[in-house]
Amino acid sequence: MTAPSVAGKREEIIANPLFEYLLRLGDDRLVLGHRMSEWCGHGPILEEDIAMANIALDLVGQGSALLKLAGETEGAGRDEDALAYFRSEPEFRNAQMLELPKGDFAFTMVRQFLFDAFSVLQWDALATCTFAPLAGIAAKALKEDRYHLRHSSDWMLRMGDGTEESHARAQKALNHLWRFTGELFESDAVDAAVHAQGIVVDLAAIQSRWQQTVFDVVGRATLAVPPAGATSSGGRRGRHTESLGHMLAEMQIVARSHPGAKW
Amino acid sequence: MEQKPSKAAATDDPALVAAFEARIAAGESIEPKDWMPDRYRRQLTRMMSQHAHSEIVGMLPEGNWITRAPSLRRKMCLIAKVQDEAGHGLYIYCGTETLGTDRQTLVEQLLDGTAKYSSIFNYPTLTWADIGCIGWLVDGAAIVNQTVLAKASYGPYARAMIRICKEENFHKRQGYEIVATLATGTPAQKAMVQDALNRWWWPSLMMFGPSDKDSPNSAELLKWRVKRKTNDELRQRFVNLTVPQAQAVGLTFPDPDLKYDEASEDWKFGAIDWDEFFEVIKGNGPCNQDRIAARRKAHDEGQWVREASAAYAEKNAARSTEAA
Ligand SMILES: [Fe+2]
Ligand SMILES: [Fe+2]
Repeated sequence: MTAPSVAGKREEIIANPLFEYLLRLGDDRLVLGHRMSEWCGHGPILEEDIAMANIALDLVGQGSALLKLAGETEGAGRDEDALAYFRSEPEFRNAQMLELPKGDFAFTMVRQFLFDAFSVLQWDALATCTFAPLAGIAAKALKEDRYHLRHSSDWMLRMGDGTEESHARAQKALNHLWRFTGELFESDAVDAAVHAQGIVVDLAAIQSRWQQTVFDVVGRATLAVPPAGATSSGGRRGRHTESLGHMLAEMQIVARSHPGAKW
Repeated sequence: MEQKPSKAAATDDPALVAAFEARIAAGESIEPKDWMPDRYRRQLTRMMSQHAHSEIVGMLPEGNWITRAPSLRRKMCLIAKVQDEAGHGLYIYCGTETLGTDRQTLVEQLLDGTAKYSSIFNYPTLTWADIGCIGWLVDGAAIVNQTVLAKASYGPYARAMIRICKEENFHKRQGYEIVATLATGTPAQKAMVQDALNRWWWPSLMMFGPSDKDSPNSAELLKWRVKRKTNDELRQRFVNLTVPQAQAVGLTFPDPDLKYDEASEDWKFGAIDWDEFFEVIKGNGPCNQDRIAARRKAHDEGQWVREASAAYAEKNAARSTEAA
């Protein structure tokens, strides 16, 4: 009798890259939208409460549309709610940066800025892709995210060039978040596979344009671009930080307590 | 109350009061620049700021369920609703400012506990079904109140009510839709929504305020068309509207005395526990302290953000003066 083999696969073969790709897009928006919605009723100014709710609403809306499309692409009968509420942490495909707890207002807004600057470029590329349902979502989302970027850029300036305290808080958030930004530009076999299906997003080009935007705003905000250092990633493969599990536990509790129920 | 050049002496001139009351009687609308009795200004400031505070504090019990909403559609509807309430608060604060008190002063009154807000928001939201019941009952009661306030004599308030009421109707429809879905759902969902109705029913009836015989300001407010109907009339209208809606989805009310009266065509209800109401008003409701603490925390933690915003605006203004 031989001992059972302990050697496994080094990497999973991705069966449905388009499904996988849409999950990544959708989870980014859903998770960030959820984090933003945590501010609802607790904002620093009433006007900002309204603005943050608006951003949360746009992002959850984008996430919902993308997960719906992902479910249709998968063809296994899962809709957007099944995907949002009945997947566990390792099945989520968002970038790690987006799941981190909301922190203070500086952390929330710096993260929003870093993501918005990326997201408008991503949507801009996707709006012309040949996969029509995705191009449609991208065109609408691009308009929304342009507004978000204007909003978060304005806050970068106000915080960076405001008071000593706001400057310090914004810089601290930027330093903390910097290591997570690289993940946004990583590409793998999924990107290569959907490229063949007409979804062409040049992440290297997006990265350099993203840097232009970010360096420009950070400079005008009198903040410093953090030095390159350690990076953190893994979300695209379901490797997350410890915070995602807690977020999902809260988000999914009611739906999971009543499997099969309609709401 | 501070003096304003456009205003007559603080002791109201009887001739001016008579002219003012004649305008009210003729159904005219009073605008911010018009002369008005001091007490009218104060009553309206009190009512409008309480209303604005209620919109803001009301964001808390509902916001409590945004992160746990059980479907993406419900999550979006709830975020949008809470956002609407923030908009209502902002709009009514602006309306109150036309009477001569600025928003900062009003917000401070809320945070230091001297201002009142609707007692209903001092009750906890314990299950998802509470979100349905709040939309259905609390927004429903607000609509009954506000439909009448839309004909109030003070122009900015009346116009605010018309605009806000449209959104409250939408909230009520969504709330009732949640209630109806749960009431026709699984046994657990049905139990959840019945329990929520049991908890929210009486506090909803209290939203209309004390009975008219215990409401000292009512007569004057009615004369000046600040109010148009008595608290009891509005409460009865709300009950008459709501009972059939519960019947339609098979829910019951926690009131053994509730019965239809053929003669008056009213749903007669049992005695309201006014002791509970006055306890909550005094600050002893289940969530009074939590609500104000949450508002204070948001305000305190937002201090540096508001300062940054002001500092940046100042620097920018200085820069553009230099450039000019
Ligand atoms: Fe409202
Ligand atoms: Fe409402």
